[in-house]
Amino acid sequence: MFPKGTKRKFTDGEEAAPGEAPGPTARALSSAYSLQRQSLLDMSLIKLQLCHMLVEPNLCRSVLIANTVRQIQEEMTQDGTWHIMTQALSQCPSDRLVASEVLCRQDPAMLSPKPVPSALERSLQEEGYQEEVVMEEDGPAAPGPPLDGAAYLGPFSSSWDEEEEAEEEEDSEESVSEPEEEPRTEQVFGTFEIKQPPADPALEELFSDVDPSYYDLDTVLMQSPKMGPYDLLESLSHSPALGSTNSCRSDLNELDHIMEIIVGS
Amino acid sequence: MAEAGEKSSEMEWCFSQVKGAIDDEVAEADLISAVEFNYTGELLATGDKGGRIVIFQQNPENKSQPQCHAEYNVYSTFQSHEPEFDYLKSLEIEEKINKIRWLPKKNAAHFLLSTNDKTIKLWKISERNKRPEGYNLRNGPYKDFTSIASLQVPVFKPMDLMVEASPRRVFANAHKYHINSISVNSDNETYLSADDLRINLWHLEITGQSFNIVDIKPANMEDLTEVITAAEFHPNQCHTLVYGSSKGIIRLCDMRAAALCDKHAKIFEEPEDRNSRSFFSEIISSISDVKFSHSGRYMMTRDYLSVKIWDINMGTRPIETFQVNEYLRSNLCSLYDNDCIFDKFECCWSGNDRVVMTGSYNNFFRMFDRGFRRDVTLEASRENCKPQSVLKPCKVSIGLEISIDSVDCNKKILHTAWHPLDNIIAVATTNNLFIFQDKLK
Repeated sequence: MFPKGTKRKFTDGEEAAPGEAPGPTARALSSAYSLQRQSLLDMSLIKLQLCHMLVEPNLCRSVLIANTVRQIQEEMTQDGTWHIMTQALSQCPSDRLVASEVLCRQDPAMLSPKPVPSALERSLQEEGYQEEVVMEEDGPAAPGPPLDGAAYLGPFSSSWDEEEEAEEEEDSEESVSEPEEEPRTEQVFGTFEIKQPPADPALEELFSDVDPSYYDLDTVLMQSPKMGPYDLLESLSHSPALGSTNSCRSDLNELDHIMEIIVGS
Repeated sequence: MAEAGEKSSEMEWCFSQVKGAIDDEVAEADLISAVEFNYTGELLATGDKGGRIVIFQQNPENKSQPQCHAEYNVYSTFQSHEPEFDYLKSLEIEEKINKIRWLPKKNAAHFLLSTNDKTIKLWKISERNKRPEGYNLRNGPYKDFTSIASLQVPVFKPMDLMVEASPRRVFANAHKYHINSISVNSDNETYLSADDLRINLWHLEITGQSFNIVDIKPANMEDLTEVITAAEFHPNQCHTLVYGSSKGIIRLCDMRAAALCDKHAKIFEEPEDRNSRSFFSEIISSISDVKFSHSGRYMMTRDYLSVKIWDINMGTRPIETFQVNEYLRSNLCSLYDNDCIFDKFECCWSGNDRVVMTGSYNNFFRMFDRGFRRDVTLEASRENCKPQSVLKPCKVSIGLEISIDSVDCNKKILHTAWHPLDNIIAVATTNNLFIFQDKLK
């Protein structure tokens, strides 16, 4: 899946001696490296999402994955590619498969035609994982919180604090909403997409090596919204290998179509 | 270093026994999750994912015969923990036994602590091999007391050995996060239990309360970047404990300094090697196990790729580092993808602190001889199961790049234990327990 034996090198620009490997900026332009880095980021975010679908996430594992995401995000911010990526995400909303967003939001009224950065911003405001679904209203979400690493991980981090949040009074009202819904429908990282090849050819190249087995994840997730967490894991382990990407993509196209209808674009 | 006059012979390990099911279909509940010898090595306890504990006892008749002194037979089996349901959070609490720790023997009975994610239990294992017989009024049909002409004193008559396990204490509701470690203090009165963010101190007699001695939970959970992964009390100093973290840092705390030991007395952290830095550096540096040597002078830590020996007086760097499976370094991305990079391997000391042992994938386990600077890789498999057959060391090529396909991540040895007084080792594969002994002994 990933080139074997490849190590990601991280050298600090200031510490690089003259004549050594090029600094971070030059290296970031190396598309192989940034592809790998992007793949790692995708993988990590999926893992974090999956964490939340398990019965009780392993805190150590979650922290380590979150720290990895932070590291990648910091490096991408340094390189300037983070900005490019988030801009790209805002440019083509209709092509985008917001797979997890569709899954996570059971209430279609919640889906809005807002461009993705504000959807990201909205997710930043939202409550973390609780056993009941927390549906944050659009109202309190203010546009414009910075998409820095800590904020990006904000709702996820707050989800670790499950029991204490449940005890706090101000959170109790929000957690009461829709208790009968499935526990997996939380908002964390809900808007981080798994992209179809975007219209922009430059971005297409950037994402062309995203492992299609992630589409399998989506297929599995889409098939049965009422699956419990263990069912989900089981179907993942039985999920078809890379060969079935065609069926996945047609499913994704269908989903895209549905999204367009809902979004009303 | 090798002492003068000591034989410079290597240990040769022979297969002794294997416990567990033979078939390849592994029932989830049978996965071994804890292995621990007691203080004399006479008893060997294993815990599994189904919440059961099986205790093996060394066969006393053969202890003197060198060939068979590593024969262990089932002594007691009991259900330690049951699955629970936390109704408040709608979460199931796994019954998997995370750790077993024996208490030093004080009387005829044996005591051990076992824990799952949330609850610690103190179990008493006692033998009954005689029972009173000859009661005057009991034993048989009820006798009319007026018909008794003489009295007899009931006597103890031998009976078949019965080993009973009974829960004597249940230490519950003190951990919000998953318990990863328990450790009995050398004072034999207290013990610690550690979860991801807190370490609590208990008294063995008191179940209603525990003291929190370490709390690394940040005020804002969004700032959480480090968790506790392992903790242990010093074997001799009852005020000293260490805990390892997910960032590869070990902190030593002195309970005399303050009631809350958030501020460490000493920190053990090796400076990062900038040359091999990658996105996975932090994950592979996460401490999966920390063990004091029997002497208390040294401490061993296990991270994903190596075992490090530290002198507890020096925190700047370890005094010895052993690479367990450096060939995995080029496959970290795949191991991250299949989650195996998060596997927590344990490690253990030999009784004389000269050799350390840890497990790896492909059912390999590694031993590092500190004195002779030798290491060996052995395999625990049913193919090497002829009694007394000497295990042949496996050759693992280092330097050649090993593809991830040849690493069998389903065959991992996470738990190993070394007899405290003898060269007998217990190695747990997924659902089998292998016992090996040193041939020369």
